[in-house]
Amino acid sequence: MSASAKEIEQLIGKEYKQGFVTELETDTFPPGLDEEVIHKLWKIKNEPEFMLEYRLKAFRHWQTMKSPEWAFVKFEPIDYQAVSYYSAPKRKEDGPKSLDEVDPQILEAYKKLGIPLDEQERLAGVAVDAVFDSVSVATTFKSKLKEAGVIFCPISEALREYPELVQQYLGSVVPTGDNYFAALNSAVFTDGSFVYIPKGVRCPMELSTYFRINAANTGQFERTLIIADEGSHVSYLEGCTAPMRDENQLHAAVVELIALENAEIKYSTVQNWYPGDKEGKGGIYNFVTKRADCRGDNSKVSWTQVETGSAITWKYPSCVLTGNNSIGEFYSVALTNNYQQADTGTKMIHIGKNTRSTIISKGISAGHAQNTYRGLVKVLKGAENARNYTQCDSLLVGDKCGAHTFPYVEVKQPSAQVEHEATTSKISEDQLFFCQQRGLSAEDAVSMIVNGFCKEVFKELPMEFAVEAQALLGLSLEGSVG
Amino acid sequence: MLNIENLHVSVGDKPILKGINLQVKPGEIHAIMGPNGSGKSTLSHVLSGKSGYTVTQGQVTYEGKDLTEMAPEIRAREGVFLAFQYPVEIPGVSNIYLLKAALNSIRKHQGLSEVDAMDFLTLIKEKVRLLEMDEKFLYRAVNEGFSGGEKKRNEILQMAVLEPKLCILDETDSGLDIDALKVVAEGVNSIRSPERSFVMITHYQRLLDYIKPDFVHVLAHGQIVKSGGPELALELEEKGYSWVENKQAA
Ligand SMILES: Nc1ncnc2c1ncn2[C@@H]1O[C@H](COP(=O)(O)OP(=O)(O)OP(=O)(O)O)[C@@H](O)[C@H]1O
Ligand SMILES: [Mg+2]
Repeated sequence: MSASAKEIEQLIGKEYKQGFVTELETDTFPPGLDEEVIHKLWKIKNEPEFMLEYRLKAFRHWQTMKSPEWAFVKFEPIDYQAVSYYSAPKRKEDGPKSLDEVDPQILEAYKKLGIPLDEQERLAGVAVDAVFDSVSVATTFKSKLKEAGVIFCPISEALREYPELVQQYLGSVVPTGDNYFAALNSAVFTDGSFVYIPKGVRCPMELSTYFRINAANTGQFERTLIIADEGSHVSYLEGCTAPMRDENQLHAAVVELIALENAEIKYSTVQNWYPGDKEGKGGIYNFVTKRADCRGDNSKVSWTQVETGSAITWKYPSCVLTGNNSIGEFYSVALTNNYQQADTGTKMIHIGKNTRSTIISKGISAGHAQNTYRGLVKVLKGAENARNYTQCDSLLVGDKCGAHTFPYVEVKQPSAQVEHEATTSKISEDQLFFCQQRGLSAEDAVSMIVNGFCKEVFKELPMEFAVEAQALLGLSLEGSVG
Repeated sequence: MLNIENLHVSVGDKPILKGINLQVKPGEIHAIMGPNGSGKSTLSHVLSGKSGYTVTQGQVTYEGKDLTEMAPEIRAREGVFLAFQYPVEIPGVSNIYLLKAALNSIRKHQGLSEVDAMDFLTLIKEKVRLLEMDEKFLYRAVNEGFSGGEKKRNEILQMAVLEPKLCILDETDSGLDIDALKVVAEGVNSIRSPERSFVMITHYQRLLDYIKPDFVHVLAHGQIVKSGGPELALELEEKGYSWVENKQAA
């Protein structure tokens, strides 16, 4: 007999294949957070003077703030004193100078994840920065990028090597007191990637950062800063995984993008943090602030995200369309299964004239999961002829899950055009039976239908990552039939 | 090839099929006619493995194996094909993608390698021409926005590509215009072979003018109340179902 509602539930039971732990000697701070910890962090990272001030200011602000409660997610209050704010593989004085000095255990871990850091083995045309717990362990193709004038390095290194550049832009899109998690991140961020593309340069390869949480009871607070100078162009991809653990772990990142005149940034994310087990135990809390400023005229930023992991995802990659004629795009696939919760979407703030934004959101909900789209389109008074198009589709698999849509629109400029379309559909037993009658297993049928549903977003991903994302969706829906 | 013995089927507690007997040999064409709600689609669903039906008595064997024990996709891979009375839409999945995935899963089951991309294209274009369809249909989402007739034609395209052994057509002729009926009938005739059998559910004699059945059966109230040759269909057209139904009661 064909897949009934019950079997559909079993179908989407997934196995997490990146759940292994790497045994390493680490330098780890004891749990707890106070000004002394921030001092220690600043010191161990050997940062310039201004950073201490920056971090302390953020910390003091954070202490006055409350954890947000408006999102459609439920979780126990986090004990921030039980978290360790720094964990790094033990290393020699200054850290590895080249790949040869990286702990082979770490190289092995990345290899197992399908991210060989060996430059020869790496896909031609992609440079990788690998962040392991609190620190960046390796960045590939650095010298080749340098020839083009591109800076791609861990942000901790950028703070030492290019302090003025970092100081000029850090916090200029997401200020220290922006929100609870951004303030915390500003106080305690440990590493992440820094990218600077000089004027008129088309970055010669895709840039990519791979985040890995390994240690237990630590939080990962990474910070990414990408600056595309006038007329430049860059495509950047971020991937993430973590071991399977029973406790929830916190990942509170901040990503800032700045596109100057005529510049273009394409930022793609394939997020596969450990989602927790079938009963909803464990998993990553992914509380992330991502924002782009299209600061220059004619600039463009595209966010593309495929979110399949994490116990809770709380993230709204946004675009502030400051420059005239600037363009913001948001393409999103968010899949939640079992007891996962996602509250995700975007904000498009139209400030400049003739600014345009497009939002395509595909939410897939299975098992007992809750999937929420939350989006804000705001058109300020000066944004003459601003245009927005939003399309927001939800797909339900089974009948115990939920999909919710909260579109907010604020328009202060009469010439603006804002369009919103939304649909909710369900994979029906008839569709599944039809596919099975043509010879497909129910599993393949679900995966085919889900992939079809996400097509518009996948086509925005760089080629090799689109393939990865499709495989990941298939995997996330993998399970046993009846 | 197909042997149905004293088949009783219920939905919930409601008996729908009440002792069906039917034997289909390789190469034969059987037409099943009968009033609305008599259980024709139910029979086709039970044969192809749709969930929600309980076999309460009797048995169904296909090529010597117990068909009711097989998962629906296994039946499909073993050569059982159902052209649906109401084909479903699958947004986002192109026709050509579905056809390729289906063909490959069947080939894999038969121990064959995946079809070569060029060979597949050649094959599929030939079948599209056979059914006088526009190639554009291949790249459209499965049945999405298709007219009723186009959906039916699309079912036959899938059948022609997958080359099943037992083809069950549930009212494929309903909703087709006269020209389309001819094209679809030609499509069916072109894949007739001594090994391939057809069970055609229909309300109209007209289809049988184009595809000549070996046997005609009348299904009423969950039972086959009369069987005969092609002439039975003509008689039915003339006298209506009450003629056989009354006869049964008498
Ligand atoms: N899931 C179900 N629940 C309740 N009754 C059902 C169900 N499926 C079928 N039936 C009933 O079984 C009977 C046979 O239905 P079936 O669809 O097989 O008829 P049919 O012969 O194909 O009719 P038609 O010529 O109109 O297509 C009908 O009375 C129908 O209402
Ligand atoms: Mg019917």
